[in-house]
Amino acid sequence: MKLKSARLSRQTARRIGTGLVAGVAVLALSACISNTPEKSENAGGTSNAKAGSNDEAGDKVVIGFSAPAADHGWMGAISEQAKATGDSYEDIDLRLAEGTNDVNLQISQVETFINDKVDAIVLLPFDGAAMTPVALKAMQAGIPVINVDREFNDPNAARVTVLGDNYGMGVSAGEYVCEQAGGNEDAVVAEIAGIDSLPLTQDRSKGFKDALAECGLDVDNRVAADFTVEGGEKAAGNLLQAAPKIDFLWNHDDDQGVGVLAAIKNADRDEFTMVGGAGSANAMREIESGKGVLKATVIYPSTQAADGIKLARLLVQQKAMSDLVEVTVPRTIQLDAPVVTEENVDEFLPTAFES
Amino acid sequence: MSETPTDAAVTQGDTARVEKEAAAAERKAEPSGFGALLRGGAGHNLGLVLALALLALVGVLSGGERFGSVDNVMTILRLAAVIGVVSIGMTFVITGGGIDLSVGALVALSSVWCTTLSTQAMANDYHWIFIVTTALLVGAGAGLINGLLVAYGGVVPFIATLAMMASARGLAEIISARKTQIVSVPGFTDAFSRDIFGISLLIWIFVVVAVIGWILLNRTTFGRRTLAIGGNPEASRLAGINVRRHTVLLYVLVGLCCGIAAVMLISRTTVGSATHGQLYELDAIAAVVIGGTLLAGGRGTIVGTVFGVLIFATLSNVFVINNLSISAQAFTKGLIIIVAVLLQKRFSRQPGS
Repeated sequence: MKLKSARLSRQTARRIGTGLVAGVAVLALSACISNTPEKSENAGGTSNAKAGSNDEAGDKVVIGFSAPAADHGWMGAISEQAKATGDSYEDIDLRLAEGTNDVNLQISQVETFINDKVDAIVLLPFDGAAMTPVALKAMQAGIPVINVDREFNDPNAARVTVLGDNYGMGVSAGEYVCEQAGGNEDAVVAEIAGIDSLPLTQDRSKGFKDALAECGLDVDNRVAADFTVEGGEKAAGNLLQAAPKIDFLWNHDDDQGVGVLAAIKNADRDEFTMVGGAGSANAMREIESGKGVLKATVIYPSTQAADGIKLARLLVQQKAMSDLVEVTVPRTIQLDAPVVTEENVDEFLPTAFES
Repeated sequence: MSETPTDAAVTQGDTARVEKEAAAAERKAEPSGFGALLRGGAGHNLGLVLALALLALVGVLSGGERFGSVDNVMTILRLAAVIGVVSIGMTFVITGGGIDLSVGALVALSSVWCTTLSTQAMANDYHWIFIVTTALLVGAGAGLINGLLVAYGGVVPFIATLAMMASARGLAEIISARKTQIVSVPGFTDAFSRDIFGISLLIWIFVVVAVIGWILLNRTTFGRRTLAIGGNPEASRLAGINVRRHTVLLYVLVGLCCGIAAVMLISRTTVGSATHGQLYELDAIAAVVIGGTLLAGGRGTIVGTVFGVLIFATLSNVFVINNLSISAQAFTKGLIIIVAVLLQKRFSRQPGS
């Protein structure tokens, strides 16, 4: 009997093993299929683009692109979207450098672009100040640099700067909370921040606080996580223990939000309204379903680098942004931080990133 | 420290004998001089030369003039310089039977410590050399702590330097408050952005450190003792070598190299930051091991390490030039490490090495 059950369990184990292998294979396969970049709708640079429009194919533009390592959903999306945009134009030749958190390597990547005499460089620096000297070198060599998200410390180091709005994110989240509170000044507001020592986190929190102050609210409970799922779960677990009743919760980052939602589910809490940050696709699907506590998220665009690529192309082809009267590309572009709710989620879901 | 009577009884003659044996073993493993380069250990170096030549060939075939241009070669060398200096120090520690996982964190700590506002103020008042000496002292000091922990504290090198890796990076974050510290000492940036004979000063520093490292390992008692200790610490101790003191010196040496690397990185970026030197320990260990230094200690080669560093730098460059997808690059890098080590094993098994 014992022997039989042992053999049986071994068989089961083997069967499970085979099943697992097959499962993993299917997963891997489906990952391959589902990750093939979708045909971009705004495919331009093709002969079927409207004549005279900015998307009409022009001279070949060689663009070098370098960004930090994709160790975070948002950062992964930055590179993905930049690549997809590069691929969608037949007049763009995009040179991608390996994503790295080592400034020494990132500098050498930009040096390689300079040696190659590319037409433009789109750069999301690991550290803005550390990449400034080599960006200056590129500009001096006559190669326009498009600085994305993390600013250089010398305005001469970039021709165009594309920035998100961290303070604005906090303001958007705060205004949404005020609107939902509807004048109730006793509402309990909690906040789960990202890495607390980063300037961007401080900006977000300041914006949130300022906007809440406008309607007489303040942050009652605040904890900081670290932009990871694991960190979000831990921080939210602690917060939920500390605050037995919450009315509103703002979580800075949808990547860590996966962990926050898990902790909320584990604690079996649903008395509050949660607002997310950054704008990942899974957060938006949660909002779309309307069933959970997550009712809104504030966008920090993961399309910044893609915009950088588009601007680089316009710059080199000496075109301008056609909806402005200005005949050249502007120096600084700061992106909006809109609030996504059940009503407008359809509008934002297509450009959201998968975390 | 607590020498037993047996240890004390060891004569000076024994010391000389062990050192001579170590030297003989070394000659067998990695012969010096040009003629010897072609025999024995050259099997090793030959493999490395072939690998580098192959990479360069791929680079030229795929990139043509873009790869072979002087500018691009300089770009590769500048990339290799910083990690190269760290790898030279790492070669000594590994040859001596240890390992240092804290090198990346030490680069970060040195870079932050020597760019604090007070250090910069002093550098502005007196001389920019103040920044350099601070970096070197911090690196060497942290290395000293590593060495003392390993040699006298009896902590396994892996654990001692793992602890230092965490603490040094943490301390760097505390000192800098996780902010990027920009260097605004004009003398410093001017001095280090200079070219000598058309070649960047950073590359010269790498060359000088490598040459000194080669002489130290192959032509001095210090080097012979390093090999002896790495090969058999117990025999070395019995032969009268002060193994503990020597071990401490090895860690100070690698710490010093981290200080130099920090200065180089600051001159390249104009900033000190707690995020500098991420994963340098892995890059350095990979370069050293590919170069042919035995991870278990007892055999070390500076020439091999230099080749190892150059191979990785060239690899990164070929990737960028060929516009390979970001994830494919990381995958290929791992694959090439394995292939290189397997090839190296095959070469080293051939007779004569």
